[in-house]
Amino acid sequence: MPLVNGGKIADDSFVKLAVDTPLPEGGDILVPAERFLGEADALVKRSGKVGVIWPNSRDIAELVPYLGKIAVVALVFPTFRDGRAYSQARLLRERYNYRGELRATGQVLRDQFVFMLRAGFDSFDVKKQGDAEAFMQTAKRYSVFYQPTGDGRITALHRRMQLRHSEGVGT
Amino acid sequence: MYAYDEIDRTLVNERVSEFRDQVKRRLSGELTEDEFKILRLQNGVYLQLHAYMFRVAIPYGTLATNQLRALAHVARKYDRGYGHFTTRQNIQFNWIKLAELPDALEDLAKVGIHAMQTSGNNMRNVTSDQWAGVAPGEIEDPRIWSELIRQHTTLHPEFSFLPRKFKIAITASDHDRAAIKIHDIGLRLIKNEKGETGFEVLVGGGLGRTPFIAKTIKHFVHGRDILSYIEAILRVYNQYGRRDNIYKARIKILVHELGIEKFSREVEDEWQHIRNSSLQIDDEVIEDIRSRFTYPSYEKLPHMPDELRQAAADPDFEAWRKNSVAPHKVQGYSIVTISLKPIGAPPGDANAEQMDALADLADKYSFGEIRVGHEQNLALPHVAKRDLPALWKALDKLGLATPNVNLITDIIACPGLDYCSLANARSIPIAQELTRRFANHELANLIGRLHINISGCINACGHHHVGHIGILGVEKNGEEVYQITIGGRADENAALGSLIGPGVKFDEVADVIEDVVEAYLALRERPEELFMDTVKRLGVEPFKERVYATR
Repeated sequence: MPLVNGGKIADDSFVKLAVDTPLPEGGDILVPAERFLGEADALVKRSGKVGVIWPNSRDIAELVPYLGKIAVVALVFPTFRDGRAYSQARLLRERYNYRGELRATGQVLRDQFVFMLRAGFDSFDVKKQGDAEAFMQTAKRYSVFYQPTGDGRITALHRRMQLRHSEGVGT
Repeated sequence: MYAYDEIDRTLVNERVSEFRDQVKRRLSGELTEDEFKILRLQNGVYLQLHAYMFRVAIPYGTLATNQLRALAHVARKYDRGYGHFTTRQNIQFNWIKLAELPDALEDLAKVGIHAMQTSGNNMRNVTSDQWAGVAPGEIEDPRIWSELIRQHTTLHPEFSFLPRKFKIAITASDHDRAAIKIHDIGLRLIKNEKGETGFEVLVGGGLGRTPFIAKTIKHFVHGRDILSYIEAILRVYNQYGRRDNIYKARIKILVHELGIEKFSREVEDEWQHIRNSSLQIDDEVIEDIRSRFTYPSYEKLPHMPDELRQAAADPDFEAWRKNSVAPHKVQGYSIVTISLKPIGAPPGDANAEQMDALADLADKYSFGEIRVGHEQNLALPHVAKRDLPALWKALDKLGLATPNVNLITDIIACPGLDYCSLANARSIPIAQELTRRFANHELANLIGRLHINISGCINACGHHHVGHIGILGVEKNGEEVYQITIGGRADENAALGSLIGPGVKFDEVADVIEDVVEAYLALRERPEELFMDTVKRLGVEPFKERVYATR
């Protein structure tokens, strides 16, 4: 499964650990939420980076005390039809000011890239190679947006206000 | 009329090109049907019994004549020459080819029409009063707010994969023609004591397998906060709505399971976090949207022109005028409802020739504007009273002057087993037979206002729960069986109907309905007592006794 990070296919330095896999000495690891919460102190003290895989049915607020110490939050799309992780992503970015890597995992497909980018995701465990290769092209599919989200793209309503005011200057 | 600006046009064009690419990838096999299904649903494309069905949005039921002509063009070029107007201000084409869909969408995009989110588990077409902006006594035009919400809910990055579909309706009149109480969110536009615009917000209404009338979650939300409040409701629903069972996934079930108090506390908590954010709408933004709605320059016309006085001598004209023509907020003008319920035909259908001709009539008599109502009829919202006789003659030639608006043959029906892959029973033939039984205008007039709603399965697209008489087709041991309810209504006093007895077979339905009507005529206190009021006064029992005594 190719990882898209920073807009292009990238190597994934993180190793996914199961609940009971022994902890490697070094290296970057991604840990399921339950294990992370159980061993948080030990995990964040390791030399490698640590990230957490957070299920879409668990309150994201539980993760808030650790946000400064983790490198990746991976949110899960068990199927692309299940949109709970979009809310979790926006809460992390917009309410809890999480600035680390926010990764979409699970059934991550091309036709959801724009929504995911807008919700605050910046890395993607893409299901299909072809989709990963088409990432940049797909991300540019839309140039106008109606809703304000934390991604900072200017909304239609505000663009109209700008146009109004700039027109107003001339008259 | 709302006129798209460059931003709206760009978005719709980008959507069309995205869908073209998706169709291409589906046809090449790059996308599986499972992956493609959701993408096509989000563009209004269903797979029905015989073909793909294409549902196009008519936001808040307002159409310009060039838009209606474009719909006629789609019917002619890509379908079989007709379209079907639905109960949620959409139009459906039943015989479209997948490979041609992107072209159809592109043709529609040229006149500012789209099919985004007309199906799928996302926020559906925002609906409103078909008399918005012209109804006497209306607080203000609810379409300004409908358009604002339409934009906000279009391609929403957080709420495009909800547990289930989500429908919003808005009214600004005391009399609710938008059926807001059977919507996921119903908004009633009101003014506070300072004269500021806001909304009573209702939540959790819906029909289907488990019908609920919406409950008030907040008595007043200021207009500037309406987007953040809706967003708060959706965020709670997106996270906590059930996804384990499709029949329990609508917000009405979450509201019911949590209780409206607990649900409203959750929403309130969420809202406090986001209400003072960029979701807050300033007056300038509202004014900008308002400025892109155009209103006719009405003439100063007499209340009772000579043309109307003279036509009153014609009983056929009078029969039509009495049930099709409603008061307008401007003196000398009327709102004309156009019945799409001719005797013996499927409710809500219009062919391409009718659509084109109607567009011409709207240009001539209604400042180029047409409306679509949830009762599956159309309306011309600004007709000068002096033009009514001429308009009536023209409509009559087109088969569009059936004088049955709000009468027993003005039936709402879903497509049923004739088209729909979910249906268990036929709806259209039941409607057709009933219109024949009550074809006599004198009889229909004697009965008075009476709405029959027919659904061909429990999903209730024909709104049977809220019909004054509701007919629900189910399948029992391989046979179509119909359950009859009475006492439902979809207006400001919305209520769910009650069963009057055991289900009946397909060819008995019309007889039973005739008996229900006969019982009503015998039971009513006086001719002015409407069916609804008799049912309310007496309950179901006396109807049950009379209808089932001999069965």
